[in-house]
Amino acid sequence: MYIKGYKLPAMSSLLIWGLLWEIVGQLGLTFFVPPLSEVFVTLFNIIGTPAFLKALSETAQAFLAGVFFSVAIGIPVGILMGRSRLLDELLLPWVNIFVSAPLTALVPVLMVLFGFGLKSIIITTTLFGIWIIILNTRAGVRQINRSLVEMASSFGASPLDAFLKVYFWAALPEILGGVRIGVIRAVKGVIIGQLLISIVGFGALFELYATNFLMSHFWAVLIVLFALAFSISEFLRYLENKVSYYAASR
Amino acid sequence: MVMSQTDAAFSNAEPIEQDVAVSVRGVSKNYGAVEALKDMSLEFPRGQLTSLLGPSGCGKTTLLKIIAGLLKPDTGEITVNGKAVVGPGPNRAFVFQDFALLPWANVMRNVAFGLELRGVAKSEREDKAAKYINDVGLQGFEKAYPHELSGGMRQRVGLARALSVDAKVLLLDEPFSAVDEQTRRKFQEDLLALVANENKTFIFVTHSIEEAVYVSDQIAILLPRPSRVSEIIRPSSFRLKGAENIRRDPEYLDIVDEIWASLRDYVE
Repeated sequence: MYIKGYKLPAMSSLLIWGLLWEIVGQLGLTFFVPPLSEVFVTLFNIIGTPAFLKALSETAQAFLAGVFFSVAIGIPVGILMGRSRLLDELLLPWVNIFVSAPLTALVPVLMVLFGFGLKSIIITTTLFGIWIIILNTRAGVRQINRSLVEMASSFGASPLDAFLKVYFWAALPEILGGVRIGVIRAVKGVIIGQLLISIVGFGALFELYATNFLMSHFWAVLIVLFALAFSISEFLRYLENKVSYYAASR
Repeated sequence: MVMSQTDAAFSNAEPIEQDVAVSVRGVSKNYGAVEALKDMSLEFPRGQLTSLLGPSGCGKTTLLKIIAGLLKPDTGEITVNGKAVVGPGPNRAFVFQDFALLPWANVMRNVAFGLELRGVAKSEREDKAAKYINDVGLQGFEKAYPHELSGGMRQRVGLARALSVDAKVLLLDEPFSAVDEQTRRKFQEDLLALVANENKTFIFVTHSIEEAVYVSDQIAILLPRPSRVSEIIRPSSFRLKGAENIRRDPEYLDIVDEIWASLRDYVE
């Protein structure tokens, strides 16, 4: 953005909001909003503590496993749905239901089915991330230029070759877009899982800080979480930009 | 040299067409209620270029895709070198109107892609691809990506890919319609040289009368509603006089006029 010819650095709006936060905090209007500076001090105090690192590794483990399953299952299912009319008719209603369903309400059922451990948290994370990945991959595959499909088949591509060498790459811009949104949803999923299923990881920290009204601790962990989700999402956006050169000319 | 194409006409034409590479017998194809092709029969002599020419909706691209094995006919039979077509096969290669290149792959990989799908080892297929990249005049562009090339150069890549799999029959679906006029003329000249030098059978779909008459050994005029072969034209003499003389040869001009006279009623 430009103001009077000066280019503002990226994310300079964050500075304005940060300033506003600091002012509201300093005014002491509500215990819910401590000054931003205090939050950062807390952040640097807790970030190296064993409790924090343990929470981080627990969350990262469940999150990465959940994202792995969302991607590893979501992309092939999306490609198959995009290519096969039959599978599409069969699965699309379910995908549409789950992409908009209040998945949090399902978590107690998952606990009954899969217990109170890591497994349930990973499944929750996967359920949050996978549907949008399936939908985007499907959309990406459906818009593949018909003559690319015919080209693959006219040169005798086996189904596997067609998937790995043509359909996947031709749908990659949409797939990456889906994975980016799926990853952000998976962050929600892992925290909700850790809050509801077993009080571990960042979920446990949120629970602990919120019930004890340690708001600057609460915000500090939230900022760390935001920063992690934001960097992953920006990394995927960077990959998206790398393939955008052909997204327009498919 | 214009023969009216009735049911009996094929037998008249047989003396010249003894060596048939591709034959289409009684092929019909419907899309729902729309008759794309109705009981179509046609023969394609080996080593020659046959054009399928006609107004839009005459089923010429449909016929080409059926020969390629990309579409299944409802009835009828296609044979390529005596073998019935049941799907795409290594004896045919397709050149697409919109090039159908992999946008994420460079020229080398695109040209070698047909061979890659056939499981040819990397070094071998790249040697072969390099030869055809040279043949179509793209040397120096091996590492370029399709979006960095002009339309004409992209179609050269598509052509090189089709040539490199060494199929005996080349199917070209309006290959020059997406390139500019000057490039198209150059392509047409190159195509004549290709037909002369490569021992391949070419089936060429076009909607340009001049292009068809310029490049073809044989022109099949297709008419729509119902789709049928209305006549087969075999230009006789002017193609031996050199590429630069074709366009002012009286026979060339006569055939162009004649085809237009028979097609004009079908053009909306």
